[in-house]
Amino acid sequence: MKGNIYIYIFVAFAVSYLIRVLPLTLIRKPIKNVFIRSFLYYVPYVTLSVMTFPAIVQATSSQLAGLAALVVGVILAFLGAGLFPVSIACCLVAFLAQWLGNLL
Amino acid sequence: MYARDCSGGEAVPKRPKEVAEWSESGTTKSPQAVESRNMKNKSAFFNGLAAGLPIGLGYFAVSFSLGIVARRAGLTPFQGFLASFLELASAGEYALFTSIEQLVTYIEVALITFVVNARYLLMSCALSQRFSSDTPFFHRFFVGFGITDEIFGVSIAQQGALNPFYTYGVMAVAVPLWSIGTSLGIIAGNMLPGMAVDALSVALYGMFLAIIIPPAKKNMTIAVAVLVSFALSWGASVLPLVKNLSGGNRTIILTVAISAVLAYLKPVEREESVS
Repeated sequence: MKGNIYIYIFVAFAVSYLIRVLPLTLIRKPIKNVFIRSFLYYVPYVTLSVMTFPAIVQATSSQLAGLAALVVGVILAFLGAGLFPVSIACCLVAFLAQWLGNLL
Repeated sequence: MYARDCSGGEAVPKRPKEVAEWSESGTTKSPQAVESRNMKNKSAFFNGLAAGLPIGLGYFAVSFSLGIVARRAGLTPFQGFLASFLELASAGEYALFTSIEQLVTYIEVALITFVVNARYLLMSCALSQRFSSDTPFFHRFFVGFGITDEIFGVSIAQQGALNPFYTYGVMAVAVPLWSIGTSLGIIAGNMLPGMAVDALSVALYGMFLAIIIPPAKKNMTIAVAVLVSFALSWGASVLPLVKNLSGGNRTIILTVAISAVLAYLKPVEREESVS
């Protein structure tokens, strides 16, 4: 379907704003249901993982460059580097790997 | 962190009823009280600005690479600015832009936005327990607007009741940098050589890794969740039939399925730190 970009943006805004503001304004008591709490607890990790792999490997023209960025990113994040350093390091590694790949 | 915040509502002392009403209605009586409150709000705002700067710089780099995705989906720099300003979510916008690129329906966009941003429900719940009863109600609408992993993280880390002006300070730096970064990514993405664009588009995944790996290191279940998600996501991208689904649909299905199974097998009784 070819939609209107402004409507897409509005839909994304409306849904994400309601998600953020409804609990804050409506739910005065804590969520008690263990299943829902556990589900929401796992969602960020699962969804970010699903979106990261294999997409990171396919983002660059050479899969090896993406793989190198993934490995370096995981190691740096494991060692405790923040969002910004990990992002930049992944970029540099991907760039260098592609550049080296072109030389060879 | 959540369980304490979500269930610890009673920890915030309830102010006497008349004090709450006095503040809510805004009909202030004592000039000294007003001045002291203004001073507190001002200093909270400046503290927020200071915390917002490193967050904003990180946002800028990431939203620049999001801009490259947005350009691929055909967004103009203004549309990119608008989308970033209004949605304010890296994973959510990535899903939005790839959905636009894949020409999915509005319903699908609503669905994936809900799934990808569902974690903000929990954050919103946690923050709702941190509002002092004498904070005017309308602040909840504006603080809610600014809930992201990082802005929530620094806000909830404040001692005692949350002063909304602290969150506003963080937002005042981070939101413009986030939005402008997207526009510049759309503009400059055109001028950069393909290799550099490829390299920059990896920044986003780098940020995702920086969010998921540290908790995975501390918590075995999260580590398993990450590995299983990687494996199934890869599987879904090569399996016949399944691989024909759009990337956004695969993300929704996998996220709901994997999280539900984990919640069933390993319910979180007392939640540890999430952010």
